Amino acid sequence: MSEEFEPNIVAFLCNWCSYAGADLAGTSRTHYLPNVKIIRVMCSGRVNPLFLVNALQQGADGVLISGCHPGDCHYLEGNYYARRRFMLMHKLLEHVGVDPGRVNMSWVSASEGAKFADVVQESVDKAKAAGPMDQFRRRQINW
Amino acid sequence: MNGYRPKIGVYVCHCGINIGSVVNVPEVIEHVSKLPGVAVAREYTYMCSDPGQNLVKEDIANENLNRVIVASCSPRMHEPTFRKTLKEAGLNPYYLEMANIREQCSWVHEDKEEATEKAKKLVEAAVAKALLLEALEEKEVDVIPACLVIGAGIAGIQASLDIADAGFKVYLVEKSPSVGGHMSQLDKTFPTLDCSACILTPKMVDVANHPNIELMTYSQVVGIEGYVGNFKAKIRKKARFVDVDKCTGCGVCAENCRLAGRIPSEFDEAVGNRGAIYLPFPQAVPAKYTIDPERCLQLSKGKCGKEGPACAAACTAGAVNFEQEDEIVDVEIGTVIVATGFDVFDAARKPEYGYLDCESVITGLEFERLVSSSGPTGGKPIIGRDKKGEGGYLPSKVAFIHCVGSRDESVGNEYCSRVCCMYLAKQAHLIRDKLPEADITVYYMDMRAFGKGFEEFYDRVRREGVRYIRGNPSEIFRKSADEPTVIVKVEDTLTGTALEAEHDLVVLGVGLEPRKDIREIIDLFKLSQSTDGFFLEAHPKLRPVDTASDGVFLAGCCQGPKDIPDTVAQAKGAASSALILMAYGKVKVEAQVSVVTADQCRGCGFCVEVCPFGAIELVEENRMGNIVQVALVNEALCKGCGSCAAACLSGAIQPKSFKDEQILPQIAVLGVK
Repeated sequence: MSEEFEPNIVAFLCNWCSYAGADLAGTSRTHYLPNVKIIRVMCSGRVNPLFLVNALQQGADGVLISGCHPGDCHYLEGNYYARRRFMLMHKLLEHVGVDPGRVNMSWVSASEGAKFADVVQESVDKAKAAGPMDQFRRRQINW
Repeated sequence: MNGYRPKIGVYVCHCGINIGSVVNVPEVIEHVSKLPGVAVAREYTYMCSDPGQNLVKEDIANENLNRVIVASCSPRMHEPTFRKTLKEAGLNPYYLEMANIREQCSWVHEDKEEATEKAKKLVEAAVAKALLLEALEEKEVDVIPACLVIGAGIAGIQASLDIADAGFKVYLVEKSPSVGGHMSQLDKTFPTLDCSACILTPKMVDVANHPNIELMTYSQVVGIEGYVGNFKAKIRKKARFVDVDKCTGCGVCAENCRLAGRIPSEFDEAVGNRGAIYLPFPQAVPAKYTIDPERCLQLSKGKCGKEGPACAAACTAGAVNFEQEDEIVDVEIGTVIVATGFDVFDAARKPEYGYLDCESVITGLEFERLVSSSGPTGGKPIIGRDKKGEGGYLPSKVAFIHCVGSRDESVGNEYCSRVCCMYLAKQAHLIRDKLPEADITVYYMDMRAFGKGFEEFYDRVRREGVRYIRGNPSEIFRKSADEPTVIVKVEDTLTGTALEAEHDLVVLGVGLEPRKDIREIIDLFKLSQSTDGFFLEAHPKLRPVDTASDGVFLAGCCQGPKDIPDTVAQAKGAASSALILMAYGKVKVEAQVSVVTADQCRGCGFCVEVCPFGAIELVEENRMGNIVQVALVNEALCKGCGSCAAACLSGAIQPKSFKDEQILPQIAVLGVK
């Protein structure tokens, strides 16, 4: 690879805090890297661990989950579920040999546009360090 | 009806030049028009405008579109707009999907090529999801025609009166023993110099007497459940230890209290004193006495003098009741207005200003009580009185300091408190009025006289001989240990000279801060805070009184510092927002709720466990003679968060519009570079 490796990251943001925070980054014209592409879910608790694996399987180099700060969940406790599931998944992925820097979780509130930009930068840096993700990709076998 | 085969219309918005100047829109159009299912792909300058929306409507009619994608701003901005467009064109509004290529693309990326590539991906992901969107049914439920207003300052009072006058029930809950809030503590109001009490007291009496308002003072909301239109609130009425039905407000009890005049009065900002049984101020509403359980000897120590409590003995009405207990009241309401106000900045957090060391350094709110004719000094600005309220002097060299605790990152408050410039100008005028010979200096950072009549008032105060020096004092300290005179060290930034001025009264223009117990309300109503710590409104421009929690509105300084006219205006706005729901009488409930595919459900109950709203239960189902358990969603309680779906092992329970089968295609598009 001659050019510098640019990781592709899929982000799952909750509608009430982090998606609104990402919108605020836009409204305040806070520039960040285009590597992260956002999928809106109503709550970080909606994020099925399967989504993480699926994104990595599809070829994403990293995954980001972001929700409301603990205690601020619009649905009372969805972010706590998200955190527990994430911790388990994080360990499992590490166990099967996936660089733990590829999967990240953060709390970004609706007023933290600048923080969202930082989170993006951090996720990209980590995924860059981990290199292209091809461990889960189905390989063609030449008999 | 539209056929089953998806026919998608994609509309890419230029948003003037907001999107078009960064994202190459024609290139995006070209890319998406080749995608499966896309029948129409168009661009337009402003999709949200009437012609933009008509474009969609016409295509739905002429091209038989059955899915619509608008690639423009955030769905948090215009999803409702375009849902309405679809509805008006006879298409189910949930056949809409939006791609956010403004807030999350053109506004945050500079490189045109990269932004265009990303926009393509985002629209492609929307197409992938749109193929699998389903029509949803919007249901309406009745709105309980009652409103809970929390906080009875001027914001809560005004909102309550407006709603009650419109014929709806109001429960007005106030934490302290009287309504009135901070406004009742003020002497005059800028810039008109209206007497604060004169304009507020009639409204205070109105809320107490209005047939539609149930006033609950000395009470706090301790629990809330339900959803917009149908809330249930628990309110704790704290024990006053005085039977309000018997108390006549005569005040004999307070005169006889053994601690009379020995406890700093909260209302008088500790400039004056009260007893353990007290009325916060003469015009208090309700005019009923309250016993402070922490200070009362009988309640805190179990013994009051040799003869027992003197207040009870003196009360001819027999109203004092030491056995009284807190009472929990349940109310059902359709809407909520939060008007919990602010705290003033604690001047002790700026130790360089000597607030704790010098009796001649006071805060702006203490000054209000000093110059108030109903205050502890009868309106004379007497400084340095002893604990009995005797002695003291009238100041001759007065200083006012701007921006104490505002615009100051060192104390964590970056914002401007908006009222200090003008209240200090008003206070300078009051000193000029009461002490014509006094020398008055105002030390300011910037003068912000932005409101109606503000600049004129500021000019008037300067013409009255008030000196304005541009500079923020670095230090205020005693001249010597045995005299009240202090020295203010400041640099006049207009002339660049360092000054040391003597003053015998320094008034600190303390700013406004979020309530210290703001967390309690946040936890109850799931509200968010902005970076300044005040409550966050749903949209800074277009939804300034709404919150992210449907049916909960904001009024007054709990949302951010504001003066009285702005507070009243916002309170009226909040009242009108609550009235819209109650007057219409019905509200749409969340259509994006979870749904169970019973055949796939194994009845494990994991979803029941994780549901934060208790919306799922297991019911028995007869499957060809076998009784099995399956999950069932109560759609009225479900809010569509989807926690259940992530917990479900078989994928049987899914939130509508955010089903696995709708998200996975998005991942499939965005995961590939």
